[in-house]
Amino acid sequence: MLQYVFGVISLGLIYVIATTGLAVFTGFTGLFSLGHAAFFAIGAYTAAILTYFYGWNFYLALLAGTAAGGLVGFAIGYPTLKAKLRTDYFAIATLGFGEAVRVLLENLPITQGARGLPGIQGDTNLPVLLVASAIVIWAAWNLIHSRHGRAAIAIREDFVAAEMMGVDIFMGRLRSLTFSAACAGLAGGLFAHYFCFIQPSMFTAYMSTQMTAAVVAGGMGSISGPVIATLIFIGIPEALRVANIWRLVAYGLLLVLIMVFRPQGLMGYRELSLDLVRGWFRRPGKGGKP
Amino acid sequence: MFVQTLLTGLAIGGIYALMAVGYSLVFSILNFSNFAYGSIIMLGSYIAYFAMVRLGAPMWAALILSILGAALLCFLNERLAYSSLRRRRASSLFFMISAMGTAIFLENLVYALIGAHFYSFPEVFARTNISYHGVAIGVLDVFAIVFSSVTIYALHTFLQKSRTGIAIRAASYDIQVCSLNGVNNNALIGLVFALAGALAGVSGTFLGMKYLVYPTMGWITNKAYIAAVIGGLGSLPGAVVGGILLGVLETFVSAYVSSVVRDVFSFSLLVLLLLVMPTGLFGRYLEEKV
Repeated sequence: MLQYVFGVISLGLIYVIATTGLAVFTGFTGLFSLGHAAFFAIGAYTAAILTYFYGWNFYLALLAGTAAGGLVGFAIGYPTLKAKLRTDYFAIATLGFGEAVRVLLENLPITQGARGLPGIQGDTNLPVLLVASAIVIWAAWNLIHSRHGRAAIAIREDFVAAEMMGVDIFMGRLRSLTFSAACAGLAGGLFAHYFCFIQPSMFTAYMSTQMTAAVVAGGMGSISGPVIATLIFIGIPEALRVANIWRLVAYGLLLVLIMVFRPQGLMGYRELSLDLVRGWFRRPGKGGKP
Repeated sequence: MFVQTLLTGLAIGGIYALMAVGYSLVFSILNFSNFAYGSIIMLGSYIAYFAMVRLGAPMWAALILSILGAALLCFLNERLAYSSLRRRRASSLFFMISAMGTAIFLENLVYALIGAHFYSFPEVFARTNISYHGVAIGVLDVFAIVFSSVTIYALHTFLQKSRTGIAIRAASYDIQVCSLNGVNNNALIGLVFALAGALAGVSGTFLGMKYLVYPTMGWITNKAYIAAVIGGLGSLPGAVVGGILLGVLETFVSAYVSSVVRDVFSFSLLVLLLLVMPTGLFGRYLEEKV
C-alpha cells in the first residue's frame, strides 16, 4: 500500500516538473503549446538512449535530456516566435511539431520505432524526484520574480504596451519557451527511468492536454496553483481508479467550466503563502476564498 | 498518373474547403480559432451514420438530419461555452481554451459512450469508378465535389445578397459598429454558428462516407484548419482556395514521396507559409488585435 502511495506521489512529481515549466511559459506569456509532450518525449528518449545504449551515468543523462529539450524548444521557438504568430497559429504550429516528433520517433532506428525501449534502468526514485522538483520550482520562482519575469508578465497583459516600454517580446517569449521545454525534457528523463520503458505512443496529445489543463485550472500567472492542480489531477483519478478515458472527458469539461465561471483558475495571479492561508480562516467568505 | 492524382486531390480538397469555410466563418466574426469545430464535424458524421444504419434513413434524409443536428450542436456550443466569455469581453486566449476543452470533452465522450470502433457507412454509391481515358474517379468523389461546390456557392450568394448576409459581413469588419446600426449581435452570432454547424454536417457526412467514422476523425479537421490558415483565416474565398490547394498538394506528396510524411508536410507547409506570409493568402489580420 505504501509502495502504491509512493508510486502516485512519484508520478505526480514528474508531472509537477513538466507543468511548472509550462506554467512559466503559458501562464506568463499567454502563448499556448499543444506540443509539450514532444519536449517530454525528446528528454525521455535522449536520457534513455544515453543510459541504455551508451551506459552513461544517470544524472549526466538527465542533464543531457534537459539540455536536449531546451535546445529543441529554442530551435522551434526561434522561427515561430520571431514571426510573432498569433496565439492560435502558434498553438497549431506546436501541435504539428508534436506530431512530427512522434512520426520521427516511430521511424528512427535508434528509438526502435513503435516497439520502444524496454528495460531502461530504474534509477528514478522518490528522493531524486523531490530534489529535482524542488530545484525546478525554485528556478521557476526566481525566473518569474526576476527582470525577465516582470517583462514576461507585461507581455502577457498587453504586448503592445510592453513593446512600447522597451520590453523585447521575442526574447522574453523565447526564454520562457526554452525554460519550459528544458523542464519538460527533465521530466521526460525522469519518466523514462521511472517506468523503465518508453514508446512513442506514450507521448500523445493526452499528455499535453493534461499539462495544459493543470496550468489553466491552477491559474495562469501562478506557480503554486498549477503545482497543486497537477497533484490533484494525478492523485484523485488514481485514488478513485477512474478509467483513463473518463479523465479526459472531465479535463475537457473542466477547461470549459473554468473559462465560463472562473477564468483566473484556482489561484489566479496569487501564490500559496502563509498570509493567504491565514486569510481563509480569518475572514471566511469575505474575499479570502482561494 | 498526374491527372489521376490531381483528381483525387481535388476530391479531398473539396471537403477540406467545406470545413475550412466553417472555421473561417466563425473566425471572421469572433476573431478566434474554434478548435471545437472538428468535434462538431465528427458528431455530424456519427449522426449521419446512425440515421442510415439504425433508422434506415435514405442518404438524403441522413444528410439533412446531420446538417440539422450539427447546426444545433454548434449553436449550443456557442451558447454554453462562448457566450458568457463574449459578454465579459474575454481575450481570444480564453475562447481558445474553452474551444479546446469542448473538443477534448466531446471527442472523449464519444470514446467513452460509443467506443473506439471504426464504423463504415453502408454503400450508397456503388464503389464503381467513372473511367475516362485511363483516369478513374469514384462516384462518391464526383458527388462530393459537386455538392461541396453547390453548398459553398449557396453560402456565398446568401452572404452577398441577403440582408442577414450583409449583416454578417458587416460584423466581420466591426462587430460593435454593426451592433450600433441595429443588428442583434447575439442572434447574429448564433446564426453564424448554426451556419458553420450546417457546413460541418455536410462535410462530416462526406468525410464519414469517404473514410470511416471514429472518435478521433476530428484529427482530419486539423488539416481543414491548416487550409483555412493558408487561405487566411476569416476569408471565405481564401478558405476555399486553401482547402483545394492543401488537398491537391497533400495527395501529390503521398503519391510521389511517401504517405508517412504527408501530415508532417502539411504542418511544415503551414509554419513555412506563416513565416513568409503571416496573413495567409487572402487574410487581413496581421497580428492579434489589441
